[in-house]
Amino acid sequence: MSYRDSWFHTVFWKRFRGNRLAVAGGAVVLLLFGVSFLAPVITPWDPHAIDAYHVLMPPSADHWFGTDELGRDVFTRVIYGARISLKVGFVSVGIAVAIGVVLGLVSGFYGGIIDTVIMRFVDIMLCFPTFFLILAVIAFLEPSIWYIMTIIGLTGWMGVARLVRAEVLSLRERDFILAARALGASDARIIFRHILPNALSPVLVSATLGVAGAILTESALSFLGIGVQPPTPSWGNILTSGKDYIEFGWWLSLFPGLAILVTVLAYNLLGEGIRDALDPRLNR
Amino acid sequence: MMVPLLLGITLISFVVIRLAPGEPVEAMTAMSPKITAETRQRLREFYGLDKPLHVQYVTWLKQVATLDFGNSFAPDNRPVTDKIKERIPVTISLNVIALILEFGLAIPIGIFAATHRDSIYDKGITVFVFLGFAVPTFWLALLLMYFFGVKLGWLPISGLHSLGSENLSPLARFADLLKHLILPVSVATFGSLAGLSRYMRSTMLEVIRQDYITTARAKGLTERAVVYRHALRNALLPVITLLGFSLPGLIGGSVIFETIFAIPGMGQLFFQGVMGRDYPLVMGILVIGAFLTLVGNLLADLCYAVADPRIRHGRGQG
Repeated sequence: MSYRDSWFHTVFWKRFRGNRLAVAGGAVVLLLFGVSFLAPVITPWDPHAIDAYHVLMPPSADHWFGTDELGRDVFTRVIYGARISLKVGFVSVGIAVAIGVVLGLVSGFYGGIIDTVIMRFVDIMLCFPTFFLILAVIAFLEPSIWYIMTIIGLTGWMGVARLVRAEVLSLRERDFILAARALGASDARIIFRHILPNALSPVLVSATLGVAGAILTESALSFLGIGVQPPTPSWGNILTSGKDYIEFGWWLSLFPGLAILVTVLAYNLLGEGIRDALDPRLNR
Repeated sequence: MMVPLLLGITLISFVVIRLAPGEPVEAMTAMSPKITAETRQRLREFYGLDKPLHVQYVTWLKQVATLDFGNSFAPDNRPVTDKIKERIPVTISLNVIALILEFGLAIPIGIFAATHRDSIYDKGITVFVFLGFAVPTFWLALLLMYFFGVKLGWLPISGLHSLGSENLSPLARFADLLKHLILPVSVATFGSLAGLSRYMRSTMLEVIRQDYITTARAKGLTERAVVYRHALRNALLPVITLLGFSLPGLIGGSVIFETIFAIPGMGQLFFQGVMGRDYPLVMGILVIGAFLTLVGNLLADLCYAVADPRIRHGRGQG
């Protein structure tokens, strides 16, 4: 364990810090966390306060991002929308990673018929246009953020399962596993103590990139009106009014979209940075 | 291989839709307060919804085997297969055009970035690629609609035909259609352009490092011949597999841009079906969407065999 620790601190961290884009991505992600926790401190406005006298006002010193069709402050709504995006990203990717890791471990470790069944299931799931599947399920449920996160997670685990399985297959035959077995370790101990920690780094990368994907999916669903329901602000549903009022207020469309763009970009840069820092072939 | 996959697809579609709460009969009758519990029960029996799930599945599967997905629950009550058939050509042609453009653009971009590695162009392309990954397609669609439709008024922002275009000459009608296609096709293409060009760049870089490329250069071939005759063919192989993988995304993405641009395709139909809780329609499109993906994967495999002589000869028997 101490080898891994020291490796992490010296090699990984040094490489990661050397990648300016990745550090910038990480900084933006941290900033988003800060913004969503401190939202009430950052903005004086209430995200739900309707103001009939200031409807669809362009950006000004009072309302940095303008106001929407009900006179609500768009900047405030975008900031509160960050909370939804963070939640969606982490919960849905958490679900996807949990399922993917368990199925991948089981599939790779036991092989045989179990492996065949699980991998065929993965193939079948990959045939579905994911967005169709998500839409079909969500539309038949009561709209709720928890359903959305669950379903994005339930339809996004296949890549992780394949990744973990491939790692397990290559780890399974190594000498240290054989040694653990010779010492009488149980299957569970071998899987969780010896194989899993070694298979986690590619999962970390795909989870980071998965957060970006989940945020995009949630915003698309909210945009279509079947995701986060108004009046709760989410970047996607602010864009819905952006579309409805496209002829009267460009600011309604521009700012929430930029927020999505910057967030997704940050997660992607962070994920790529972690991948490069973990890649043993890039030894410098 | 195909049959178990198809069975799996139908089973998952069935389970997904039937496990979701909110019965179709409730959805159908919610708007008419006159309908009694008794009538609802009769409707349930009429649609076979009172039978156990596995019986319903087998009955449905038998129908599906003959490409019969039942009748839509929408007021028009037409066969689902007919409704889908009308819409499929629009979605497929849009996606085929988008795919051709996407590969036509991404391959040269990828080659250029790889052969001019670390140049200012390569860096520019990398920035573009990262932005492309992060831009939500529906937002891009909104911005384009605003600029080209509302602000400049150059392009129409919805539908496939202008009002009264039936009276135009065939040529003018075609031009009108093309004008309507520009925005949706650009949005659909842009969606996966970034990923594909990045992938092309990295496979090209991988190939250029191989020994046979060094050999080709050592023979004194021009850089052009090395890149386009020796490297390109090998770099294209992995990209072809990506063709199969990109299909579900394209088909799924059609929901978004068809809804935004009001294009009467399968995506829009699916969205309408979902909103109206039209069970037979949603199940039909889910199955057909997955089936199209399977066919796409098969086509990609065939292309792969055409492009790679190692698969065409020998390995097939092995």
